[in-house]
Amino acid sequence: MIRFEGVHKWFDKLHVLNNINLHVRSGEVVVVCGPSGSGKSTLIRTINDLEPINEGKLLVDGKDLSDKKTDINKMRAEIGFVFQQFNLYPHLTVLRNITLATMKIRNLSRKDAEEQAMTLLKRVGLPEKRDAYPSQLSGGQQQRVAIARGLAMKPKIMLFDEPTSALDPEMIGEVLQVMKDLALSGMTMIVVSHEMGFAREVSHRIIFMDFGTILEEAPPEEFFKNPQHDRAKQFLKQILSPMH
Amino acid sequence: MLSYKFDWAIVTSGKYFDWIVSGFYVTIKLSAVSIALSFMLGLIIAIMRMSHFRPVRWFAHGYLEFFRNTPLLVQIFFWYFGSYKVLPAVANDWLVKQDFEFAAAVIALTIYTSAFIAEDIRSGVRSIPKEQMEAARSSGFSYLRSMQFIILPQAVRLTIPPLINQFLNLMKNSSLAMTIGVAELMYQARQVESYTFKGFEAFSAATLVYVAISFTITGLMTLYDKKVLQPLKGR
Repeated sequence: MIRFEGVHKWFDKLHVLNNINLHVRSGEVVVVCGPSGSGKSTLIRTINDLEPINEGKLLVDGKDLSDKKTDINKMRAEIGFVFQQFNLYPHLTVLRNITLATMKIRNLSRKDAEEQAMTLLKRVGLPEKRDAYPSQLSGGQQQRVAIARGLAMKPKIMLFDEPTSALDPEMIGEVLQVMKDLALSGMTMIVVSHEMGFAREVSHRIIFMDFGTILEEAPPEEFFKNPQHDRAKQFLKQILSPMH
Repeated sequence: MLSYKFDWAIVTSGKYFDWIVSGFYVTIKLSAVSIALSFMLGLIIAIMRMSHFRPVRWFAHGYLEFFRNTPLLVQIFFWYFGSYKVLPAVANDWLVKQDFEFAAAVIALTIYTSAFIAEDIRSGVRSIPKEQMEAARSSGFSYLRSMQFIILPQAVRLTIPPLINQFLNLMKNSSLAMTIGVAELMYQARQVESYTFKGFEAFSAATLVYVAISFTITGLMTLYDKKVLQPLKGR
């Protein structure tokens, strides 16, 4: 579904992605973790071309992103992206946030788009918020709406860029639950996150990155029990018991 | 001793009152048409100014600098006395049959004001967090459609206060159209003065009408801001 072949990316002199090789299969749930500045956000942002790559090859659903013939807007419509800061459209109601792209890009009628949006709002547990504006919702609620907005396009892939990092602790659970349900439904997901409970329980594979390189790539049991790389060990120690 | 005898009746009833009223209508029409057109043109120039395509950006920049830095009166005279000289005879024959004074005034006011509006809208767009554009693009919207549905609707809301200023300026500037014979409010007040020598009354009446129009524009925009925009603003 997604294939990185020797991908490099620089921000000026900073080598943010260094020879990335990665293959994510359809239906797979991959969690990407690593210290801040390790390149993990950049990694998933390259998948929908929010960050173009400088070198190598990146194939998404069989299409080469660097190929001029690839219609990038069409590509992006197939990929849901959930941001750390939610990025809902503040001037639109919850319902309009979800129906905007389905009406304008998928050309659904207003009635169909709204019906579909309501189904999704029920799925994320917020049907009563349809007419609220984003500023009237809590962070957890905004993030659930953002997930519904992504799902409305019936994407083949969902990308999550630290979806719970901006949330108060008591709201993290509700968002992870929605993501877990989504994973169980068979969605292909790449999740940049430090939520190790989620990674352990839901993911098929954990990727550990540092300095723009993939240092470790393993199923969760293996990663947690027996991390190979020193930096991965240190990272796990810090994140699982931050006081020590 | 003040020897001047006030005669307010001439501007509150009768023929001269009718002149003032007809001037009022022309001012409203001239302002309304120019406001609508300058807003649309301002939007287009603002978008061009932010284009990733360099020649388009430069063109918009040149446009802005050129029209912001020439007096409106010069522009009005240019369109009225200058522009038709380079047109073919057929076009001129057609123009003469139209209300060319009015059209020239609209063109000058529109182009002049659009330069200012474009800059206001651009600064509104720049204050929208870049993540909004990213969210829109990641849904599959093109750059222009992201602008249309997500960025500009938010930016224009932020731009309401400076837009009120531009619309008020445009309305007041429309009085310059009298110099090419558009029978707007100022032109009519001048006429009343010429016929009656009651300059104080005539220009007081014009002043009051201008103030009334200004208050109406401000009131409408503020109401719009309060009823429609404020409820949408973030925390």
